[in-house]
Amino acid sequence: MTKSGNRSSKAVAFLFQRVKASALLQDNRLLASGKKAPVTPGAARMSLPRGRMPHASVVLLASIVAVFSLVPLGFIAWVTYDVGWETVKTLVFRPRVGELLVNTVLLESITVPLSIVLAVILAWLTERTDIPFARLWAWLAIAPLAVPAFVHSYAWVSLLPGMRGLQSGVFVSVLAYYPFLYLPVAAALRRLDPAIEDAAASLGLDPWRVFFRTVLPQLRLAICGGSLLIALHLLSEYGLFVMIRFDTFATAIVDQFQSSYNSPASNMLGGVLVACCLFLLGLEILLRGNERYARVGSGSARPADRRRLGWFVVPAVALPIVLAALTLGVPLITLGRWLYLGGLGIWRIEVASAFVQTIVLAIAGGVLTTIAAMPMAWLSVRAPGRLQRILEACHYYVGSLPGVVVALALVSITVRLILPLYQTFATLLVAYVLLFLPRAMVGLRASIAQAPVELERAAMGLGRTPGQAVRQITMRLAAPGAAASVALAALGITNELTATLMLSPNGVDTLATKFWSMTSEIDYVSAAPYAFMMVVLSLPLTLMLYAQSKRTAGQ
Amino acid sequence: MKIALNRLSGAFALAASLLAATALAGSANAQESEGIVVYNAQHESLGREWIDAFTKETGIKVTMRQGSDMQFANQIIQEGDASPADVFLTENSPAMTLVDGAGLFAPIEKDTLDQVPEQYRPADGMWTGIAARTTVFVYDKTKLTEDKLPKSMVELQDPAWKGRWGAAPAGADFQAIVAAFLQLKGEEATKTWLKGLKDNATPYKGNSVAMKAVNAGEVEGAIIYHYYWFGDQAKTGENSKNVGLHYFKNQDPGAFVSVSGGGILKSTQHMKEAQAFIKYLTSKAGQTVLKDGDSFEYAVGKNAASNDKLVPLADLNAPKVEASTLDSKKVVELMTAAGLI
Repeated sequence: MTKSGNRSSKAVAFLFQRVKASALLQDNRLLASGKKAPVTPGAARMSLPRGRMPHASVVLLASIVAVFSLVPLGFIAWVTYDVGWETVKTLVFRPRVGELLVNTVLLESITVPLSIVLAVILAWLTERTDIPFARLWAWLAIAPLAVPAFVHSYAWVSLLPGMRGLQSGVFVSVLAYYPFLYLPVAAALRRLDPAIEDAAASLGLDPWRVFFRTVLPQLRLAICGGSLLIALHLLSEYGLFVMIRFDTFATAIVDQFQSSYNSPASNMLGGVLVACCLFLLGLEILLRGNERYARVGSGSARPADRRRLGWFVVPAVALPIVLAALTLGVPLITLGRWLYLGGLGIWRIEVASAFVQTIVLAIAGGVLTTIAAMPMAWLSVRAPGRLQRILEACHYYVGSLPGVVVALALVSITVRLILPLYQTFATLLVAYVLLFLPRAMVGLRASIAQAPVELERAAMGLGRTPGQAVRQITMRLAAPGAAASVALAALGITNELTATLMLSPNGVDTLATKFWSMTSEIDYVSAAPYAFMMVVLSLPLTLMLYAQSKRTAGQ
Repeated sequence: MKIALNRLSGAFALAASLLAATALAGSANAQESEGIVVYNAQHESLGREWIDAFTKETGIKVTMRQGSDMQFANQIIQEGDASPADVFLTENSPAMTLVDGAGLFAPIEKDTLDQVPEQYRPADGMWTGIAARTTVFVYDKTKLTEDKLPKSMVELQDPAWKGRWGAAPAGADFQAIVAAFLQLKGEEATKTWLKGLKDNATPYKGNSVAMKAVNAGEVEGAIIYHYYWFGDQAKTGENSKNVGLHYFKNQDPGAFVSVSGGGILKSTQHMKEAQAFIKYLTSKAGQTVLKDGDSFEYAVGKNAASNDKLVPLADLNAPKVEASTLDSKKVVELMTAAGLI
């Protein structure tokens, strides 16, 4: 009995560990490497004698954040309970929900594999072949991230007004989201030990088999992480699919919201959407498996040889060129055309004011998110344990929820229970914190982990107090990570649409919401400056992400 | 270690107080700032035109929040007395009815009511019409000739129309049309028609998107309101060059004229300014914005002329619908049941 109890609690802990890890990977498109989190439990334990609980206050702070992060889920559960089973049945088990489910399954099961194939081929070309201008193609492969997904679809719809439905949805989604796979796959390829491939080749496998039997399996973790990230984005994306006229749960929830504010019907759709998210998280855990690939022996791997392409170089170069034309050329040309047609008249004062409001919100949200992630990041590095794993899972899951679900919960709660917070910056910022917590965790964790406890102890050995040691060593070493966290969260906030639409205080317009209201009136010309400014804001952040991914990969 | 923890919790406390401060600042702002908050479900551009003209004339500042009819109506009901809104503007009347039914409107001043003919405002005077729009069937001139057009909106439920027409069922505009249908034809007929809609029609996000689809030859026709066509014609016309307008007339549900409403929240702290705003919208000056601007909505003020290009309101032969009793809740219920939203 005890034994089985023990085993099941171990299983639970394991599950949380995996959820956490996958969520980490999910937003960790930079660092996703398949490497276990850089925690050294032994060292951590060494520094913290058992029996002492110096972390109680940090645990408390992390718990507060965790409680906040459970609010959206708790709210949906409460609504479900509140309206009663009969109502739930009529609202959930109806043909419309079935249609949306079919749409979602089709969208996911076509888009994700296509993105995988595209990302792996492209990553292989740029990392492991002698393709000319490899660096340039690598940059161009990341750059689409600087264009918000709904700007991608805006560009395509204004170029080909007939675009609609599943095919178009898949097409634009792949273009907008494949970099989420390219980044981790390229990073993983960069790090592979070519000795394994050599061994396989020496055993008589031809290059194709070497690729499929040794390289691809080693990319599995990167592929799973990137795929999960894309799959979750597809669930929560709103603007892209409205523009391309493809119904998903996110668009249907907003439709319901606009017809009846926060009705049980919209909350039930939110519940189904959450179930889809959890299903994807679970699926990813199943698919990524448990195998590890390790190198034995001393020294480090040599860089892999780049394969000669020969005549194949022509199609090989054509791929990134065509892709760049589709992902960057089309948005830039369309935007440029609208900007040209609009002339100076479209650069109204509202563009400047939306720009300023966006930057203020993005920075305030980014800083708050990073501060909120700090206790947990610190705990997970310095004192890993079961409780911490559970708290951490809370931090991560909430970031996988669509903005529309989080916003719906916060609208309902503030309007019913804490009216002073209703339609305030505070509530909007709480939504941002919840949505972008995992992003902030990523940068913070990695950088805190890179500041070894031993350095603190050495500092103390040289006469510093513990406080001074942490301040002068760990905090300073973690600062770049914190900055990256702020930037990552700020990038998310800049392009966030649904939560901002539903929660923003009166009179607040961000670039995204203004762009949205202009495109809803099909005023593509007036929308163009807002789209342009969003790209301008996102571009340096995206470049920073890329640089960061190279740094993590040790180059 | 202790100090490090203190720093961490210090940062945390800072964050918490920052949140609290912005919250207070936010709510204080809403309470104390001069001027009024308008929940605008009308088109953003028209709302903006009206507000700018009003501010220019009176100096009263207006903060606008953009949304949709039913979203705001339900939102205002949930906000109750604490609603930050002073004025509510809609595209259609069912949302006004909903808020009025919850007893949240303050009576409109008599001078203001007198500026609008009785048929464009409810008898109780708790809100008033500020503009109007008529239902039309836009059709692809290259595919349909006049003899092939539906005589009544009801015909569109026939299998013969399967896959041939479109609508924007999630929008407040369309839900107002359904509300009128419900009042004119009853629940059973409405259910049947909605089922026909679900089976036959292609759903679009927004009236202008539906019209673009007709223009692009995706569907042969669509149920929308009239001014999207006029607006596009006034600009480049590229989204409506193949599109013709069919008015059902004959008091058909498809000839429904929908009244856009304006109301003042009972809870407002700025009653005078709010009254002045509604008075302005329905005044000669406010209605001239409709005549001369690019909204192409009908003016409803007494002796106010609409844009010359429009077929006059009086010639539309609209069905007689009691605007103040349109049942929006039932409509959302029926449409949810039909799987349209």
